[in-house]
Amino acid sequence: MPLIDTLARLEAVGSGRAQPTATVRHRHLSGRPLVFVPLTTAGEAGAPLGALVGTDRDAPRLLVVPQPRDRDLRFTFLAELADVILPYIDSHAADVETAERTETDPETGKRVKVETELCADAPQLIVPSRTGLAFVRLLGRSMRFRRTAEQDPQAPYPAPPRVPLLGRWLTHYGERSRVPGSALLLALTDVLSRHWATGQSGLEDQHLGALLAWLDPPAGTSGAEAAREAELARDPAGQLRCPPAGPATDPAFDNKLLAPAIERYDRARTALAAAEDPLEADDRLAALTRAEREIRELIESQARPTWDAVWRGLDLLRALPAGGHAEERWTRDRWSFTGHRDRVLAGEPPQPRRDDAVTAANKLATREREQARLEAQEALDDPLVMAGRRLAGEAFAGEVTEVVMAYGEGRRPSPRPLVTVRTEDRPHLAERAKVYRSLAGRPQSAQFVERAAEDAIVLRILDKMGRGKEPEPGSVPEKGDRVCFTLFEHEQRGGAKLPDPEETPWTHGGPPGEAVPEAADRITEEDVL
Amino acid sequence: MTTVDADPGAAAARATDAILRDTLGATERGVVVDSPPGAGKSTLVVRAALELAEAGRPLMVVAQTNAQVDDLVLRLAEKNPELPVGRLHSSDADAYDKALDELPQVRTSAKAADLAGLPVVLSTAAKWAHVRVDEPWRHAIVDEAYQMRSDSLLAVAGLFERALFVGDPGQLDPFAIVGSEQWAGLSYDPSASAVTTLLAHNPGLPQHRLPVSWRLPASAAPLVSDAFYPYTPFRSGTGPGDRRLSFAVPSDGSGPDRVIDEAAATGWGLLELPARHTPRTDPEAVRAVAAVVRRLLDRGGAAVSERSPDPVPLTAARIAVGTAHRDQAAAVRAALADLGVLGVTVDTANRLQGREYDITVVLHPLSGRPDATAFHLETGRLCVLASRHRHACVVVCREGVSDLLDDYPSTEPVQLGTLVKFPDGWEANHAVLAHLAEHRVGWRP
Repeated sequence: MPLIDTLARLEAVGSGRAQPTATVRHRHLSGRPLVFVPLTTAGEAGAPLGALVGTDRDAPRLLVVPQPRDRDLRFTFLAELADVILPYIDSHAADVETAERTETDPETGKRVKVETELCADAPQLIVPSRTGLAFVRLLGRSMRFRRTAEQDPQAPYPAPPRVPLLGRWLTHYGERSRVPGSALLLALTDVLSRHWATGQSGLEDQHLGALLAWLDPPAGTSGAEAAREAELARDPAGQLRCPPAGPATDPAFDNKLLAPAIERYDRARTALAAAEDPLEADDRLAALTRAEREIRELIESQARPTWDAVWRGLDLLRALPAGGHAEERWTRDRWSFTGHRDRVLAGEPPQPRRDDAVTAANKLATREREQARLEAQEALDDPLVMAGRRLAGEAFAGEVTEVVMAYGEGRRPSPRPLVTVRTEDRPHLAERAKVYRSLAGRPQSAQFVERAAEDAIVLRILDKMGRGKEPEPGSVPEKGDRVCFTLFEHEQRGGAKLPDPEETPWTHGGPPGEAVPEAADRITEEDVL
Repeated sequence: MTTVDADPGAAAARATDAILRDTLGATERGVVVDSPPGAGKSTLVVRAALELAEAGRPLMVVAQTNAQVDDLVLRLAEKNPELPVGRLHSSDADAYDKALDELPQVRTSAKAADLAGLPVVLSTAAKWAHVRVDEPWRHAIVDEAYQMRSDSLLAVAGLFERALFVGDPGQLDPFAIVGSEQWAGLSYDPSASAVTTLLAHNPGLPQHRLPVSWRLPASAAPLVSDAFYPYTPFRSGTGPGDRRLSFAVPSDGSGPDRVIDEAAATGWGLLELPARHTPRTDPEAVRAVAAVVRRLLDRGGAAVSERSPDPVPLTAARIAVGTAHRDQAAAVRAALADLGVLGVTVDTANRLQGREYDITVVLHPLSGRPDATAFHLETGRLCVLASRHRHACVVVCREGVSDLLDDYPSTEPVQLGTLVKFPDGWEANHAVLAHLAEHRVGWRP
């Protein structure tokens, strides 16, 4: 943990309230995000129990699987989920603007600008916690290889229409959420902990209720007390007052309330199936409906507090002004969304189960680049983040005390002024290290020359001074200016182009071969109740 | 062990011959050579390069850093001043060592086309990744292949037909700055080492091992071999009496002086400070490291080794300080500057890889920590720090690390399909600590 975060946590412990670690919001928040609070069944990975989902904080849609092990009911749930999420996605897919993209011309091999569509806004999914992200990926994986009756009339258990499509979208969102700085799919606890430090551990911050308790404790209590209350307090019946944000539910809830309710539901269903005359069936159907309603109420009781907590968390984040570069990163999210929209429209097959060697390497390279970019942009956008980098010796700020004009060697002498910066920061400057400052949004580089004194650093400005013999006005700091230089680069270079997958070299197993349509997981006996 | 093996030189020569036979014979597309610390890896690379060039096979050499490439170019030029050599470099300022400009046979360029037709072209993996060719090189040598990531091999593997992969499996694994668990267990996991991927796809490739460390003294080779290379042991090229360290100024009885004497006599010294949880840049430990270095220089050290029968003075250039973190290195540099010490290398384990000194002073990665993370437990980190010296290694550490190790067993999740590396860092740390305990000097500054 960086030193400044440790200090912020210590202050949070001391003051009993979370401390800000950012002064601006570093993630884009959509004006109309889709919040998704899923719950899962204990004991079976990827068996949804229910969910609250929607874009209206006052009217979430409650979806429930009354018997989570019943595949038909699960498909019904997934189909309903698709009916909520896909229209939300579609509503963004149609609204486009024109944009330019550089592509390699297949004939000439040159980089050319191509006019193309870019969706004006992208759908944003918010889940409560990091485990929610994993659950979204899991749902995506479980759905995208399913075949509908229309796609494959022979499929033994055809999926309802649009379920495979939802799987592809959730997979795309799940993958995108692994890209640092992306905001298509956000885990609220991650975003909140990016902006505030609590007096508890990072693991405890994964509990949305406890995290919000630190951020906004009820009057008269400290964050620590409120967080403890949120984690542990139970009502006389032994149920948690603040249910966990899921997807896993509390075992006490599972055992005492949920399991008996599901059992009643099962009994009612068996009874209905065994009904012999319409009158009896009517009664038993009413009993089944009652049992189902009971489960719905139980699930809502668990998910609703989390739903409200998510919106409260979003309110807290919205109160922060947007960070300067968050919009630029959101534009890349929009490209990502548009790209997947086009792949779906073009009829491409679902994302493969495993990445091939080239795709994996490309993804890793992109994520590393985005991570470095994110770290630089957050520091440039936010003096508090920059303070952390300064404390870590990765940047320094100070006042210019002297500027001496000097010229570089070469046929046409170009300006290479020497600038002395007085600073109390202690940057880890290696010999001839390069440093950067932001000059009207563009990085200007300089080279560390020497320490003129304990607190005086001499730099040689290297670029962004124009073509003439005299530097352009404003391009060289003047005596008395406050400047901030970083040891890290502000912009990331693109990596080398990797071979196409068909040209995977022998060291990596050679070309992967023709893609074969992947089957969904085989259905085993245990799968069908 | 047969009697023939008694001569380390002969054993090493046999291994080298077998490697060159496989490389020049070229029946397989790749040859992998594992080289323990200081086993003559660079010498091997240079020799293989020269022989391939002599055989008229166009050769590209891939190293991981610019410093490594420059070093290889200089060594090639020293061995064969006639051989035209190409140094492909990036278009940054200071892209390569200016010493190369002095050599008439070395052509430097940022464009691969300018170097076409030269018998040997050298560059970093990062630069090679941008090169496009119509016809691949007949041969390549990949240096420090265990420190190369699988994805960077993927970017360059199309450039050559066959290759010699050389590296040290015990040093630091390559790392990614973002999570890569998603691909764990895949044979081509992009964050794995190049050799792991290569061997997963080509298990039949010939694998060799250099059996003798010429750098590590007789006091260090057995420990490093047992702790870090338990299944591929190696030995030192020198005997117990071949290297000696002496000091003109006698000990003043202080902790640093006593640990220096212990290290001079036995090759190892542990300066143990009282147990305490500290920030990473523990000021006391940092000052202790600086004090040891200061005393090493003040006491007029002299080293005797197989290289020269006369004592060679121990200068600042022959001493290095190793740390786990960059801020620790910066703190040690500042402390050394306060004591007026100049010219001593202070760097992290990552940057000390492949370097060699007479004496190293190491700030133990776990010293003063309340926890032991995977980073601090990484086998390669300790291995690099404990295997840079020709004469002696002094470790500065707070008491209580072995309790800390017992409190924090390795808890990395097990991933299906990944090769489990032996030994794990936990075990290696214990092995080294147990050995260091015999050379312990307690000190309360």
